[in-house]
Amino acid sequence: MTSSTPAREDSPRAGDLAGSRQGRYHVLTRYDRRILILMVGVPLLLDVALIWWPTLSSVLLSFTNWDGVGPVTAQNFIGLKNYQFMFTGYTLFWPAFLHNVIWLAWLAFIATPLGMFFAVLLDRDLRGSRLYQSVFFLPVVLSLVIVGFIWELQFSPTEGFINNAFGLVKSGNIIDWLGNPRINLFAILVAASWRHVGYIMVIYLAGLKSVDPTLREAAKVDGANEIQTFFRVIFPVMAPINVVIAVITAIEALRAFDIAFIINQGKNGLELLSILITNNSISEASLVGFGSAIAVVLLLISLGPIIVFLSRVMRTQS
Amino acid sequence: MVVVWLFPFFWAVYSSLRPISDTIQHGYLSWPSGGLSLENYQTVWNQAELPYYYLNTLVIAVPAVVLTLLLASMVAFACTQFSWRFNLATLMIFTAGNLLPPQVIIVPLFRIYLNTPIPMLGSLDIGKFSFPFFSDNTLLYDQYIGIMLIHIVFQAGFATFVLSNYMKTISKEITESAIMDGAHVLRIWWNIVLPLCRPALAAMATLLFTFVYNDFFWALILISTGSKRPITSALNNLQGEFFVNNNLIAAGAMLVAIPPILVYIFLQKQFIAGLTLGSTKG
Repeated sequence: MTSSTPAREDSPRAGDLAGSRQGRYHVLTRYDRRILILMVGVPLLLDVALIWWPTLSSVLLSFTNWDGVGPVTAQNFIGLKNYQFMFTGYTLFWPAFLHNVIWLAWLAFIATPLGMFFAVLLDRDLRGSRLYQSVFFLPVVLSLVIVGFIWELQFSPTEGFINNAFGLVKSGNIIDWLGNPRINLFAILVAASWRHVGYIMVIYLAGLKSVDPTLREAAKVDGANEIQTFFRVIFPVMAPINVVIAVITAIEALRAFDIAFIINQGKNGLELLSILITNNSISEASLVGFGSAIAVVLLLISLGPIIVFLSRVMRTQS
Repeated sequence: MVVVWLFPFFWAVYSSLRPISDTIQHGYLSWPSGGLSLENYQTVWNQAELPYYYLNTLVIAVPAVVLTLLLASMVAFACTQFSWRFNLATLMIFTAGNLLPPQVIIVPLFRIYLNTPIPMLGSLDIGKFSFPFFSDNTLLYDQYIGIMLIHIVFQAGFATFVLSNYMKTISKEITESAIMDGAHVLRIWWNIVLPLCRPALAAMATLLFTFVYNDFFWALILISTGSKRPITSALNNLQGEFFVNNNLIAAGAMLVAIPPILVYIFLQKQFIAGLTLGSTKG
């Protein structure tokens, strides 16, 4: 870490290379510096071109009525009209928004706490806890497409397990779990949770394993019971993981797409912001500008958890 | 709870093993009277030409995972082993990019894919499936290479984050002394740092392969030709065409689930390590 490390012989102007406080650069040759710039530059260029440029374009396009044909010209810019229509005239927007909120609330108050609860139980080294862990983990490796298919087999009206098991098919009181717009969102939330719980459990369990065991012993000596120990001692020291769990939960709720699309292409009770974006600007119509406006709403909401996550990374780095 | 958790999966396996005649006669909630068989699996495998769709996935996933790890490890190496002004900002750009919902970028990305010229350099034909080198329509849209590219770029964000957390634990003195011995940075990256990261690379390879295998969204939007779809997104299309009853749907779903289940059985440690590396360190 000293600045007195000698320059390599093949480095003609090593002394005046870009200033680094630790002076580590003084030993790098020009060739090495160029290679390093390429090593970061090429991936960075791709990331900017295919992630951040489209993000910015979404924002710009949201102020236009571009339909995807020809170039975008000054005449295409229509100000805030897309947003105006979205909030006041477009009947699918608020239902979709509400469904995303319900999705988030369901994950945040039911699925995520359940995953954390399982992790706490399994952390106590019960007999067979490895087996339990494996069981809860199984859905995590499966794609949401497969999860959707597996749950269709449970929910389907006359042939599904649930209606048959409760005798609803025989008695003629069939419940259309996936077709009835009042309940189908909750049916697919059960399916999504099947996977989400295991995901959260694995991450939280890894966090719990890294907690200093002497903390727990000290709490025991002080006479705290297990519930007190968890809420007063373990939960606070797990703060970094708790943030990660919260961010994952929020992002998963905003990304929700696959299961709803597989069940009925996100219609009739399963509208979600993510699905409205693609339906408006890719598959059915080519309302590129309008679809982009919905994307901007999704972007703005996502910035919340993203900023929380990044500021935590910042804090641990400095 | 364990029984509740496993039940949906076993119900799917059970349904997939029952002949359709049996379930028509006795209903789905019944003991097997006509015996269990792999007949549904055979039907799905042959009629829906599933092997080709596995091949589609493989053609996309293997290069995607390798290139993602190469690019991500380069960025992580340059940002953790050397101090320069923007290394934290660079890591942020990659990490934040991976956290965005894909739907936020899909509209412009779709247009980019329709407007980027790609050379046509012939193809490898297997049956009705054709695997073009680069492109067969001069575009990124509807091409294996296009799907590969977005996976690489999107997952590189995640892999960079995880690998840089891992590389931070490697002492910088190793790199420093190698430089003093006259080693070039590429050699240090390839011969010294990457071997030290082997556990993290194995974990990430497992995780990324599963992510790419399980992808539905990118392939749904960026591929239009049915025969080019990777298996997970093809499943949805095949449903209407070939999977005409629940037993066949179950068999199809189970066949598509086999590779992830193999990962689950044999590489569970790596998979979990990959997930937790990203969250517990750093």
